[in-house]
Amino acid sequence: MYNVGNLVKELSEKHGRERESLMPILQGIVEKHNYLTDEAMVEVARELDISAAEVYGTASFYTFLDTDVRGKYIIRICKTITCSMKGKGEIIQTLEDMLKIKVGETTSDRQFSLIETNCIGWCHKAPAILINEIPYTELTPEKTVEIIKGYMQKR
Amino acid sequence: MEKKGLTKVDLIFETIDPKEVLIKAFKMSSGDIIKEMLDSGLKGRGGAGFPTGLKWKYAAAEKEPEKYIVCNADEGEPGTFKDREILDRVAYKVYGGMAIAGKAISAKHGIVYLRGEYRFLLPQLMKELEKFHKMIGEIGYDFKINYCLGSGAYICGEESALFESVEGSRGEPRNKPPYPTTSGVFGKPTSINNVETLVTTMMIIKHGAAKFYELGTKDSRGSKVFSVSGDTPTPGIFELELGMSVQEFVTEFGDGDTKAVQVGGASGFCVPRKKFQNTIIGFEGVPTGGSMKLFNSSRSMYNVLHNYLDFFAEESCGQCTPCRVGCQQLLKGVEKVKKGEVKSTYLNELIKLADTMKIASKCGLGQSVGNAFRTIVENFREEIIY
Repeated sequence: MYNVGNLVKELSEKHGRERESLMPILQGIVEKHNYLTDEAMVEVARELDISAAEVYGTASFYTFLDTDVRGKYIIRICKTITCSMKGKGEIIQTLEDMLKIKVGETTSDRQFSLIETNCIGWCHKAPAILINEIPYTELTPEKTVEIIKGYMQKR
Repeated sequence: MEKKGLTKVDLIFETIDPKEVLIKAFKMSSGDIIKEMLDSGLKGRGGAGFPTGLKWKYAAAEKEPEKYIVCNADEGEPGTFKDREILDRVAYKVYGGMAIAGKAISAKHGIVYLRGEYRFLLPQLMKELEKFHKMIGEIGYDFKINYCLGSGAYICGEESALFESVEGSRGEPRNKPPYPTTSGVFGKPTSINNVETLVTTMMIIKHGAAKFYELGTKDSRGSKVFSVSGDTPTPGIFELELGMSVQEFVTEFGDGDTKAVQVGGASGFCVPRKKFQNTIIGFEGVPTGGSMKLFNSSRSMYNVLHNYLDFFAEESCGQCTPCRVGCQQLLKGVEKVKKGEVKSTYLNELIKLADTMKIASKCGLGQSVGNAFRTIVENFREEIIY
């Protein structure tokens, strides 16, 4: 377990303790630790002197500020129309087979999460996914396997 | 009706010396810059199409000493990816446009709100920004830009929801009025402009309003960057003069079997083959923020509609009832019709619901769900039912 207090302090030093510092702080925590734990949100509330409900209310509004357990590598598959038309289903099948989880789940070693997302702006190179912030486009099942293998070796 | 053919243009991505253009702009008075924008006929490129010169004029008239320029880079409309390309290739022109806007309305601060999905661009954009600040400093002009990142919420592309997000809150749209030019981000007068609009303003300063005005039609001046995707042999980004018909567009980009074009994304309009010839792409016909999706006869328009409704049901902020409940009921409704659980005439009830959402929803999201719904259901009714 990481010491969330230190990280929150560090991020508050960097971004300030104003209300408008909230988003960058939450984004900073997610960048380091993949999702927001209750402890992290309570800690942020204390640091910015606002209620924890305010922090949770803001976090839960944004799909990239996850409050559910997420793995180190969050794979977001675009499910909007063009990606759906151009083989999203095959890519999901490939990912599910490889990671042995379903969409919406996280691997038991907490390395990978698999979720669907709305348009990520790569319709001309569909199907596309994001792994954390990195986009991968014009995917085929073969290409997907290679990409995930690369991440598996990184751990 | 005035119309133009399909002509490719190279303004947005044209390489220029930004310093030269900015020196020219900073020598102009606020009033002269605004007049240049009004004369050019430029309308906002994000989709809504509000005249840029007018927006700047209103913001300039505000007495408050602290004002903001916000660049809306929360490009979330399904099928739109031109702003990403613009930021990737010519970010210096976006910053330049912000500084010109700053001069026009007397603002010293700029904020770029970049969608979280484009975070991978940030390191490169920050490098460009550093260069820009240095250049502005050399000219001796005071204007600072900083970045705010989104976190995956389509609604934050709505201007007042974007302000809420910048201020660290849930991205829920505000009541209007007051409009952003009176009370925008942090309650200060704000001009919020789309990425492409800002680049265009810089090119208008460079080439002059008259040159821009020559392009396009009475209602849609200039050229525009289109994001082309779907069933096309040439997907990608193309800058085209405004005023072409859907037919001309399909002749250039279609695969020979195009049955419908969705103009303007999920919140836009579906144009079926029989209307290609007589529909102009622009504010006199079907407006678009750039999204152009082609569908050929192998595609089910039910799937297209279902995908869009699913999108809206998820992205509705949930604040106002017509949109929150309406999106869900439209989605459930078409599913029921498809399964035969209700009579096909139920679609008429759903159209009434979409019309109610247009009148009663608080912001553009709920108001525009009916665009795609009505145009798909009316033109492809049999595909929704059977």
